[in-house]
Amino acid sequence: MKTVLKTFAAALLLGVAAMGVAKADPVKIGVAAEPYPPFTSPDASGKWVGWEIEFIDAVCAEEKLDCVITPVAWDGIIPALTTKKIDLIVSSMSITAEREKTIDFSDKYYNTPTAIIGPKDQKFGATPDDLKGKVVGVQVSTVHAVYAKKHFTGASEIKEYQTQDEANNDLAAGRLDAVQADSIALGEFLKSDQGKACCDLKGMVAPDDEVLGPGVGAGVRKEDTELKGKINAGIKAIRSNGKYDEISKKYFDFDIYGGGGAQSN
Amino acid sequence: MPPALPSAVRASNPGATLIDALLSASAAGIIELLSPYPPGWGGTLLLGLLHSIEIALGATVLGLLIGTGGAFGKLYGGPVVRDLLAVYTTVVRAVPELVLILLLYYAGTDLINQALTAMGYQRVDISGLAAGIAVLGFVQGAYSTEVIRGAILAIPQGQIEAARAYGMSPGLMLRRITLPAMLPFAIPGLANLWLIATKDTALLAVVGFYELALATRQAAGVTKAYFTFFFAAGVLYLILSLVSNLLIGRVEAWSRRGMPSLKEAR
Amino acid sequence: MAGEAALINAAARTSLWLQPHRIVLILIALALVFGAAFFMRWDWLPQYYEMGLLGIWRSLWILAVTCFLGFLLAVPLGLAQAAGSFWFSAPARTFCTVIRGTPLLIQLWLLYYGLGSLFPQYPWIRESWMWPYLRQAWPYGVLALTLSFAGYEGEVMRGAFAGVPKGQLEAARAFGMSRWKIFRRIWLPQAIYRALPTLTGETVLQLKSTPLVATISVIDIFAVSSKVRQDTYLTYEPLLLLALIYMIITGILVFAFSKIEARIPNKVG
Repeated sequence: MKTVLKTFAAALLLGVAAMGVAKADPVKIGVAAEPYPPFTSPDASGKWVGWEIEFIDAVCAEEKLDCVITPVAWDGIIPALTTKKIDLIVSSMSITAEREKTIDFSDKYYNTPTAIIGPKDQKFGATPDDLKGKVVGVQVSTVHAVYAKKHFTGASEIKEYQTQDEANNDLAAGRLDAVQADSIALGEFLKSDQGKACCDLKGMVAPDDEVLGPGVGAGVRKEDTELKGKINAGIKAIRSNGKYDEISKKYFDFDIYGGGGAQSN
Repeated sequence: MPPALPSAVRASNPGATLIDALLSASAAGIIELLSPYPPGWGGTLLLGLLHSIEIALGATVLGLLIGTGGAFGKLYGGPVVRDLLAVYTTVVRAVPELVLILLLYYAGTDLINQALTAMGYQRVDISGLAAGIAVLGFVQGAYSTEVIRGAILAIPQGQIEAARAYGMSPGLMLRRITLPAMLPFAIPGLANLWLIATKDTALLAVVGFYELALATRQAAGVTKAYFTFFFAAGVLYLILSLVSNLLIGRVEAWSRRGMPSLKEAR
Repeated sequence: MAGEAALINAAARTSLWLQPHRIVLILIALALVFGAAFFMRWDWLPQYYEMGLLGIWRSLWILAVTCFLGFLLAVPLGLAQAAGSFWFSAPARTFCTVIRGTPLLIQLWLLYYGLGSLFPQYPWIRESWMWPYLRQAWPYGVLALTLSFAGYEGEVMRGAFAGVPKGQLEAARAFGMSRWKIFRRIWLPQAIYRALPTLTGETVLQLKSTPLVATISVIDIFAVSSKVRQDTYLTYEPLLLLALIYMIITGILVFAFSKIEARIPNKVG
């Protein structure tokens, strides 16, 4: 009786699960389900495109990994990794000590400074004094949210958004006085029609290595040392064989890898 | 050295460019944006709608199965079963769907895999579609339990007694008497649950499932035409529920065939 | 006499809880709660305690305001559908159909991201007294939730207005009451009595809709729990506590409504 019950329960569970069993263990690359151009964004046919997608494709090809892009909500991307819904986070996630308590990171694969943008018709800079009394928008659970909280709390009001897009949109809609984020993502926004019309660059924030970290890395589960090794080897390989620069040239007219030891941020 | 950011183009009339930027939504622009072929996003929205319908259908069916079992458990089950079902329906009806979805999404897949590994099976990957159906079905199950329980109670007692007097087995009675007899009483409530299910699929966008609401959000985010896309999504949802209403009316008439019309019954 | 009856009642209620299987179930539940308390991580509680209370307060405030405003809107919506001419009833019916036929999440996003992003292009809006409010997120949340409540409750009020027996209205007319007086003294109170039992359910449903405002950056209790999840990378603890908080609020609401309903004569019509 017990075995019958057990088999039945398993069959039921499998029945629920069977609809979605994936084949032969591909590496599931987790990207935030919300567009983050020019790094990761879906095009109209539902395909994911951007610098980061091409980058990880190159790494996977180099290491002969079977990779599939799996979009998950940014706000749950770390739990998704730890509960094995995805195997790797490739979503412009900065390497920080706080995150390293929960997950591991590959070597950094790009590093760019942090910028502040605001409405064109207002003149201010990127220091806490400049932002006094202003409403600053950041994306939740990013280093920018932590940075803004640490340096701007008290003087300015900080508003957190689920996606960078919504923060940018609210800046254009006049609901925010400034947005803090990665300079490339913001540059992309300023290049868009909406960004061109409303806003411009106010400056780069003062460095804080403890919060902003050494750059962006791919997140892996702590126990997945093998995958981490492969990703690191892949990054090294495409850095040396010119593939990295080839992809970057398509998107940027400068080196986004960032300096080695002495970083500007 | 920080890379130079492109300085925004100076417009001679910032107001005009602003309007142009936000109203890239002139009539031609809207048609282009919503066209079903890339670079239009209509296809993305329709695919999202398809996923929404799939999830809603699956969730309603799963909810019906849970609901039928739950209703019989509540009516004829032992005291422990009844209490556990009471806890289930009370908790599901008191906690926001959004919270339940998050809890079940993370906990549910974890528990299934732990149960499978504990029983010596391989852990499985659960796709977004399956997880979405399971989560919403679990929520729907609590509501259908109550609807079906009410419908069974509304069956005239004489019919069941007559069936028993004929010596029908419980299984036969369920198939031939209880289920068909309760259907007309249950259908309005269940139809309502189907409508709720179609709308609740939108909540799955918050955990990153690909369905209409998330597809809309992505399309709107990339194109910045927020108003156009959310409006279009609203129209799609509205069409879905209006068509559902039409079909429900038919089904209701069919299930009540042979019964006095509602007006006469009053 | 009454005291004695209450005593017997209370005794019956306790014995209901003291059946053997219930005791076992309660013990299991307690074990689960204590297990959760001891084996899960709760060290973040002191840090987020104040934020959590503020979040609960915001959720309740939104609930109260939107239910109240929504009900005020539902009365004319119901009346227009039950008794209005075509020009009143058709728009009211369309409004209810649209609200009930589309997800609240889409309505909310349409208002906040869609409509909200169209406002700033009009300088006169930016310069008006409304702008400081239109810049914030909560007015959009309150508006969307109010309209939603009005849409659902408007349908209930339609049935309630239509259900008041014709005889009563005719009798009032025979007394020579004016139309306004009939509405105020007979029709409206009777319709509200009829709609009251649905109000408990609708209010609980509304409570369950409030967390959606977190998606447009209003910091309610749901947003606080998301924040805890994002800051601490804990998944279950904040969500379980959040579920418990909503259950307690629902319990209080249901209890309060049952007290109110008990004071209202249930013989109507």
